[in-house]
Amino acid sequence: MSDTITTRTPASPPTARPAPAEPRSYHFPHFEQRRLANGMRLVVAPVTKLPLITAVALVEAGATQEPQGKEGIATLTAQMLLEGAAGLDGAALADRFERIGASVEAYADWDVAAVTLSALSSRLPESLALVRDLLRSPSFPEREVTRLREERLAELLQQLAEPRGLADEQFSHAVYEPGARYSMPADGTTGTVGALTVDDVRAFYDARYKPSAVTLVFAGDVTMDQVVALVEPLFGDWSGAPASDRRSAPDAARPGRLLRVVAKSDAPQSEVRVGHVGVPRTTPGYFNMVVMNAVLGGLFSSRINLNLREAHGYTYGAFSAFDWRRGAGPFLVNTAVKSDVTGDAVREILSEIERMQREAIGEDELTLATSYLDGVFPIRYETTGAIAGALASLVIHGLPEDYYDRYRERGRGVTTADVLRAAQEHLHPDRLRVVVVGDPAVVTAPLSKVMGMPADVIAAADVEAGA
Amino acid sequence: MEIPIETFSLPNGLRVVLSEDHTAPLVAVNLWYHVGSANERPGRTGFAHLFEHMLFQGSESVGANEHFELIQRAGGTLNGSTWLDRTNYFETVPSNQLELALWLEANRMGYLLPAMTQQKLDTQRDVVQNERRWSMDNQPYGSWWEKLPALCFPMAHPFHHSLIGSMADLDAASLDDIAHFFTTYYTPDNAVLSIAGDFDGVATRAMVERQFGPIPRGSGKPPLPDMSLPPTFGEALREVVPDDVMLPRLFLAFRSPVFGSAAYYAASVAGAILGLRKGSRLHRTLVREQQVAAEAQAFTYDLAKGSDLLVVDVTGRPETSSDTLEGVVNAEIDRLLQGGVTQAEVDRAVALIETELIVALQSAGDRADRLSMFTTYFGDPQLVNVQADRYRAVTAAQVNMFVRERLVPENRASLLYVPRDSEVAPASSDLAMAETP
Repeated sequence: MSDTITTRTPASPPTARPAPAEPRSYHFPHFEQRRLANGMRLVVAPVTKLPLITAVALVEAGATQEPQGKEGIATLTAQMLLEGAAGLDGAALADRFERIGASVEAYADWDVAAVTLSALSSRLPESLALVRDLLRSPSFPEREVTRLREERLAELLQQLAEPRGLADEQFSHAVYEPGARYSMPADGTTGTVGALTVDDVRAFYDARYKPSAVTLVFAGDVTMDQVVALVEPLFGDWSGAPASDRRSAPDAARPGRLLRVVAKSDAPQSEVRVGHVGVPRTTPGYFNMVVMNAVLGGLFSSRINLNLREAHGYTYGAFSAFDWRRGAGPFLVNTAVKSDVTGDAVREILSEIERMQREAIGEDELTLATSYLDGVFPIRYETTGAIAGALASLVIHGLPEDYYDRYRERGRGVTTADVLRAAQEHLHPDRLRVVVVGDPAVVTAPLSKVMGMPADVIAAADVEAGA
Repeated sequence: MEIPIETFSLPNGLRVVLSEDHTAPLVAVNLWYHVGSANERPGRTGFAHLFEHMLFQGSESVGANEHFELIQRAGGTLNGSTWLDRTNYFETVPSNQLELALWLEANRMGYLLPAMTQQKLDTQRDVVQNERRWSMDNQPYGSWWEKLPALCFPMAHPFHHSLIGSMADLDAASLDDIAHFFTTYYTPDNAVLSIAGDFDGVATRAMVERQFGPIPRGSGKPPLPDMSLPPTFGEALREVVPDDVMLPRLFLAFRSPVFGSAAYYAASVAGAILGLRKGSRLHRTLVREQQVAAEAQAFTYDLAKGSDLLVVDVTGRPETSSDTLEGVVNAEIDRLLQGGVTQAEVDRAVALIETELIVALQSAGDRADRLSMFTTYFGDPQLVNVQADRYRAVTAAQVNMFVRERLVPENRASLLYVPRDSEVAPASSDLAMAETP
C-alpha cells in the first residue's frame, strides 16, 4: 500500500485553506402586488435571465377547508380541474398544454389548492387562457371522478406495503386526535375517498373556487403590466366570494407519550418516526426554531445525523423538521435504521432532544447554522419555480412584504440563548410519540426498555388503508 | 439560447470548463471522475459507490465530515453521486467562497489516503449497507435497480452487476482496495472540472492552477472490456419477481442507441411519445381510456457506451392481473410498431423536451453538471448548447425507424413485479434464459 501512496503524492504539500473573498450583495427578486376589482390578487416577480415563466394559481381550497367527512375532496377537486374544461376533455386539455411545451399540475395541500404552470414566456398568453378555462369552467365528468378516486384508493392500498409511507401515515395518526384533519392523510382515507362523488366535487368547487379566494403568482420573464394586460380580459369578469370556513381546528393533539410498533416481520430495517405536535408557521420565534432545528437535525452536520450516521453507522441518514403549516403541524425526527439497533437509535434521538433543552449549544454550532442559512439564501432562489414557491409561501402565511429582504439579518441575529429557549418551549420529551414500522420480534423489547413503557404493537395488515 | 463556455487543460491532464453568469452571487463547482460501477473488479460490486462515501471522510488537511461542515458553514450545498460509468462531486457556494470549494476538491484528489482509516471504512460500510436496505431491500419494487440491468446486460458486461453492491462484496472491501482505486481512477487526467456562475475568468484560472496544478497525472487506467452489444437482445427476456407489493408493476426495457448518438435523439423522442406526461400514449390509453394502470412513464438510462436502455414503467390497478398488465403494455408497443408515430406526436414530445432543457439551465449546479457530462463522454462541452437543435431536427421518419428496429418482440425485456402469493405463470424457461450470459 505504501508504494501506491508514494506514486500519487503530489510534489508539494497541500496549500493552506483559502479565506473567503469579499461577499457580493444579493437581493431577493423584486416583486409587485396588485388586486383586481373582483378581489383576485396578483403577485409578479420579473426575472429575465431565461425565457421562462412559472405561474401558480393559489386557491383557498386546501385540505383544512374541507367539510367534515369529505376528507380528500380538496385534492380530488384540484385534480379534476385538469380532466375537462370549456368543451375540451382531459386528454384534449393535456394535449393543448403539452404541444406548446407547457406543463401544468394541480394539487391541494393542507392550506391551499394550487395549479402550477411552467412554460416558455412566449407561450404565456395561450397557456394562461387554458388556465382560465380550467379554473373558471371545469366540466367535472363523472367518469374521471370515478377514475381518479380509484387511482387514489390504489395508492392508499399500495402504501400499506410501503414502509416509509406507512410510517408517515401512522405517525400523523399517533400525534393528532381522531377526527382532527391532520390525523388523516391530506389526500383523504380509504373510507372518505371511497365515498366521494361528482356532486361533492361540484359542491366544493362552487363553495371555494371564487376570485377573491385566488392569488396568481408569476415569476419569470414577464412584468406586472404585461400580466395585468393578460389577466384582466381572462379573469376580470369572474365574480363571487367563497363560503366561510366551517371546519374545526385541524391540529388537536393527543396527550402524553406513545410507543407504537407497526409489525412488518422480517423487515431488514426499521422506519422510525419520533415527534409530537409542533406550532403554526406564524408563531413568534420562527427563526429561533429554524436555527434550533438546524443544529438538532436539520443539517447533514447536525447532532442527530452525525450521531446516528457518522458515529454509529446505524443509518443512511437521520433528520428532524418542523412541518410548517397554518395550523400546528408536527415536529418529527425521521430515520430508517438497521433492525437490531432500533432501540439504540431511539435512545440516541431522545438523548439529543433532551440535550438541546438542558444546555446551550456551542458558539461553533450556532454559527454553522446561522452562516449556512445566511449564505445559502441566494442559492435557494435560482429558479423561477423556487421564486414562485417563496412568493406562494408569503401569500399562504400572510408574511410581511419585506419578509425575504429581512430574512438573512433575522437568521443571523439568533443567539445561543434564543436557541435554548426555543428548545425548552417547543420540544416536549414528555409528549414524544414514537412510531416504528419494523420487525416486532427484534424491536419491541429494546424500544420498550428505552421508552420505559410497553409497546402498542399493531399488525400492518390490520391498518385500514389511510384510516 | 446559448451559455458561454471557455475551456483549458492543466499539464497534469485535468480538463476545465468555465461558464460565467453573474445573475446572482453564487458559483457551482462540479467534478466528474470517469469511473463508475462498470470499473469494479469481480467480488467488489458496490465499491465505486462506497468509495464515493469515503471521499467525504476527510483528506490530509480536512477532518472527517469537515468537507460537509466547511461547505455548509460557507452557506453552500453539496453532494456526490455514483452511476454505472461515472462518479460526480459537486458544491454550489456563495461566489466569494469559490476557492474553498476548489481547495476541498483538490485536497481530496491529491491527498486523500493519509486520512483513510479502518474505522472510517467500517462506519461507511455500515452507512452504505443501510442505504441499500433503505433504497432497495425494504422498499417495494426497490430491487428493480439491480434486477433490470442484470436482466438486460450479459453476465460479463460491465453494466450487468449491482451498482449499490452485494452485502458480501461490501463486507470484503478493504483499505488496500481504497488505495488501489484512488491511485488508478482518482487522477486529474481522469477528471473534468466545471465551474458555472459568478466568477472572474482570469482569477479562477489562477485558482485552479494553484489548487490542482501540483497533483500528478495518473499512470493510466485499465481499459474496460469491449462493451459493444448487438442492437437487440435477440429474444424476449422475462423475469417475474414476487414482492411485498399490492399492485403489479412492469418494467419493459429495450436496447436502444447510446446516449449522444444521432439515433439516440429519435429514441428519446419515442420514449417521450410513449411515456412523458399525461398526453403520452401509455397514459392516454392505459391510465385514462382502459383504466388498467395507475401510473405509466418511460425513460432512458442515457448510457454513452455499449448500449442504452429505453424503459417503459407501468403500475397496474389493484384489479389488474399481472398477465393483463403485461398484455396491454405489449399491445401498446405493438400498436406503435405497426402504425408508427405521427408528426403531431413528435412535435408534442419535442416541445416538452425543449422546455425541460431550458428549465434545467436555470441552476448553476445543473449547468456545471451538464458541462462535465458532455466533456467526459464526448470531449465537447459545447454540446450543451446544441441539444435543443438536435431534438428539433428529429423527424417522424427517424422515430419510426427506431421503432421498427428496436421495439420488436425480440428486443423486449420484461421485469414483472407481482404481489407475493398471487398466481402468475412464472415462465421459468424465459427466466432461465435471462440468467444465461
